[in-house]
Amino acid sequence: MNKSEYKNVFVFAEQREGKIQGVAIELLGKARNLADDLQEEVYAILLGGKDIESKAQTLISYGADKVIVASCEELENYTTESYTQAITQISHEFKPSIILFGATTIGRDLGPRLSARLTTGLTADCTKLEISEEKELLMTRPAFGGNLMATIICSEHRPQMSTVRPGVMKALEKDENRKGEIIKTSINFNKEKFRVRIKETVKEKSSMIDISEAKVLVSGGRGIGNEAGLKMLKELSTILDAEVAASRAMVDAGLVEHKRQVGQTGQTVRPDLYFAFGISGAIQHVAGMEESDFIIAVNKDRYAPIMQIADLGIVGDCKSIIPALIERLSNKIKD
Amino acid sequence: MDFNISKQEELFLQMIREFTENEIKPIAAEIDEQERFPVETVEKMGKLGIMGIPIPVEYGGQGSTNQIYSMAVEEISRVCGTTGVVVSAHTSLCADPIMNFGTEEQKQKYLPKLASGEWVGAFGLTEPNAGTDAALQQTTAEDAGDKWILNGSKIFITNAEYAHVYVIIAMTDKSQGTKGISAFIVEKGTPGFTIGKKEKKLGIRGSSTCELIFENCQIPKENLLGKIGKGFSLAMKTLDGGRIGIAAQALGLAQGAMDETIKYTKERKQFGKAISKFQNTQFQLADMETKVQASRLFVRNAAFKKDQKLPYSVDAAMAKLYASETAMEVTTKAIQFHGGYGYTREYPVERMFRDAKITEIYEGTSEVQRMVIAGNLLK
Amino acid sequence: MKIVVCIKQVPDTTEVKLDPVTGTLIRDGVPSIINPDDKGGLELALELKDKFNAEVTVITMGPMQAEAVLREAFAMGVDKAILLSDRKFAGADTLATSNALAGAIRTLDYDLVITGRQAIDGDTAQVGPQIAEHLDIPQVSYLQSLEYDGKNTFTIKKQTEDGYQIVEVDGPCLVTVLSTANKARYMTVKGIMEAFDKEVEIWSADKIDVDEAKLGLKGSPTKVKKAFTKGVKSAGQVYEVDTEEAIGIILSKLKEKFII
Repeated sequence: MNKSEYKNVFVFAEQREGKIQGVAIELLGKARNLADDLQEEVYAILLGGKDIESKAQTLISYGADKVIVASCEELENYTTESYTQAITQISHEFKPSIILFGATTIGRDLGPRLSARLTTGLTADCTKLEISEEKELLMTRPAFGGNLMATIICSEHRPQMSTVRPGVMKALEKDENRKGEIIKTSINFNKEKFRVRIKETVKEKSSMIDISEAKVLVSGGRGIGNEAGLKMLKELSTILDAEVAASRAMVDAGLVEHKRQVGQTGQTVRPDLYFAFGISGAIQHVAGMEESDFIIAVNKDRYAPIMQIADLGIVGDCKSIIPALIERLSNKIKD
Repeated sequence: MDFNISKQEELFLQMIREFTENEIKPIAAEIDEQERFPVETVEKMGKLGIMGIPIPVEYGGQGSTNQIYSMAVEEISRVCGTTGVVVSAHTSLCADPIMNFGTEEQKQKYLPKLASGEWVGAFGLTEPNAGTDAALQQTTAEDAGDKWILNGSKIFITNAEYAHVYVIIAMTDKSQGTKGISAFIVEKGTPGFTIGKKEKKLGIRGSSTCELIFENCQIPKENLLGKIGKGFSLAMKTLDGGRIGIAAQALGLAQGAMDETIKYTKERKQFGKAISKFQNTQFQLADMETKVQASRLFVRNAAFKKDQKLPYSVDAAMAKLYASETAMEVTTKAIQFHGGYGYTREYPVERMFRDAKITEIYEGTSEVQRMVIAGNLLK
Repeated sequence: MKIVVCIKQVPDTTEVKLDPVTGTLIRDGVPSIINPDDKGGLELALELKDKFNAEVTVITMGPMQAEAVLREAFAMGVDKAILLSDRKFAGADTLATSNALAGAIRTLDYDLVITGRQAIDGDTAQVGPQIAEHLDIPQVSYLQSLEYDGKNTFTIKKQTEDGYQIVEVDGPCLVTVLSTANKARYMTVKGIMEAFDKEVEIWSADKIDVDEAKLGLKGSPTKVKKAFTKGVKSAGQVYEVDTEEAIGIILSKLKEKFII
């Protein structure tokens, strides 16, 4: 493989029902930094139905130099095979040095399939992407339940591919005046390989809460204990216009739904403010929230691990502090 | 005796721990509080084979060892004393005598259903006037040609309301004393057999402990278990085995209280440090743990000898005596470590303490165990 | 029907603790378990065995100690167990791992290949789809439930971020399963008694159908450049004060951050 033939940083611009996903916008921001370091360009790969081209400018506004658009019926909705074939063809034609995917259910289905087809490496759930002095992509990711960080390289194969969870990278400010090029391409499918038939796609209301979007999270753990504790959290979160989140203990106890779980097996969040009430700070939990801008922890145990990462730690009983906080805040709001 | 846990035993412990943590522990406080027999747990245990561990494979059992059976009772009792005794009475006091003394027909008829947990077993020896002095049986079984007719009553019978098969001890010939005692199998629903008063108990409150009443209860001739006149010896041998189960139950209760105490003393802070940092705590915990481990060795030793078909009557008596007294001591201290909280139902040590007391009483009181041990010394 | 389930032995990461002083992992005494998502996969296979009399083969790759998870799988009810163990497999990234597993599966007869969605020690969720690609069979990931028509068609409910999708696919195919898809059965006492009488087949690299260059460290496009424990973040301020004062401190912070 002649590595020098492979250039530019590509982002898979995931869309659902024609709507560009937030993670793709975030990845464009990161791709911009990487491309600038490499003195190369940012390409977005936009696959979709026949109207999808209209979204190309959005991708340019968020940092893409070029948008490769393939629009056809086969690409309107995601299927593993049609998307794998499309990106394989694009990769052969454009020879990207790097391709970034969102670590969504789609990205995590597509990425590995594609890596096997292209015989290249894929690094999942990267939390940090940088360019080395040798112009290689350094992909840093947590392993071992978030205990260990590993920096991965893919030196002899191209493209270098990685997935990144939503909320991990920061999007650029939108610049409507940014100019870029739209490259239309058509895909030659081998339809014999389309073997998975979609029967039904269902959206569920309860699935719509997305704690990773919240600016303020009021999160509870084992120390919150029961229904009564949860009620306090909910009350406080209403006052602060926040969302309730939880550690695994609360979810395992059946008090809170899994969608609100923060941590390795739940969501990664980076709100402006994260309240950790009665959360000891097990590593799995911390892995999902340590990037929060400001962390306030309330815990009975002065030496709980959460106290080490909190910006503000209060040693005390949640059962007395939360009600007092609610009382003071509701007075204040009345003022 | 091999002190190492085999890979098979290790896998079994993993399974039983997963099961007890997920299925038994979460309802232990509730069944105690509501005095509710854990029917659903029995069904689940039946499916996994826990209700028939030492029953041979040809009778639908697991063909496993008494070692593994004792580990099961220990692990179950570690989180719930009630469920521990349900399994122990079922296996040791009902399935075991049928296995050891039953005819081929009796084994074929009862063991598969006992092994699968479809039927629960019970054992009736104790009477209002025949407790420790079990020879004073007043229940009678009269030979009526093609059947036996039972009259009398049994008290404090574990699993009473939920059992389907009962091994009942009765006098067939009063003139013969203990040699006039025989054993019978009575099925639930037999005319003339009813369940009497349910006891309100200090501990093991989820187990169903009742009186059994026989009023001209007719049972088929073939339901005689073992030989006529050999019922007393059958009962004593059965109790020898049962004591391994109860010793394992006591051991489990003690271990459960240890686990809770270790956790609590590490969390609870007084005078600025965890109470586990105080040497008084450490020394007491060391003594408690040593006794628990000693109990475990006693239990394993008795189970090992039973598996090897060696005499184990004295070993079982020692195991039960030591483990039950340890359970009482350890659960008492566990409450002390928990202070006021330990006295409340917020913490499980209060229940463990109440459950532990019975292990010094049933299937032979501590005094009976001492009689057995001393009797062997001085024979 | 013939089913192959891939499982992995992983350290129980919920039991892993960090040394508070050095920040390093304390791995001693951490028990090894069947990866939770893989256990969901095993359960799915065993349910199909119960209903359709499927033959279930379980494969794992790892050192000889990984035999323990295969014994556990036997005790849960699988029919056959294969341990891929060879120095040549060592140092594999996900692609090389998937090549080894696919190489083994290729030598077997199968209608359905099941993997867990992801392993708790690596969290990559890559090996399943990569195996499917090597075997040139379709994949359905994030499986929540599956129905089989008894002939050759699977109807699968797969999880998405905002709901679910129902898809249909014919065998042979590969699915990746979530631990939440079902409640894995317990081992049975009988299963445990028999687990040690059954044979765990140990397969080396010669026994599988794959080019050796695709295995182990050599066959891995990605390499770990460095591994490190996260530096301990500089601690903020911790207050041990009464409730009233604590509230004051929190409120002033909230104001400072323009939350209130």
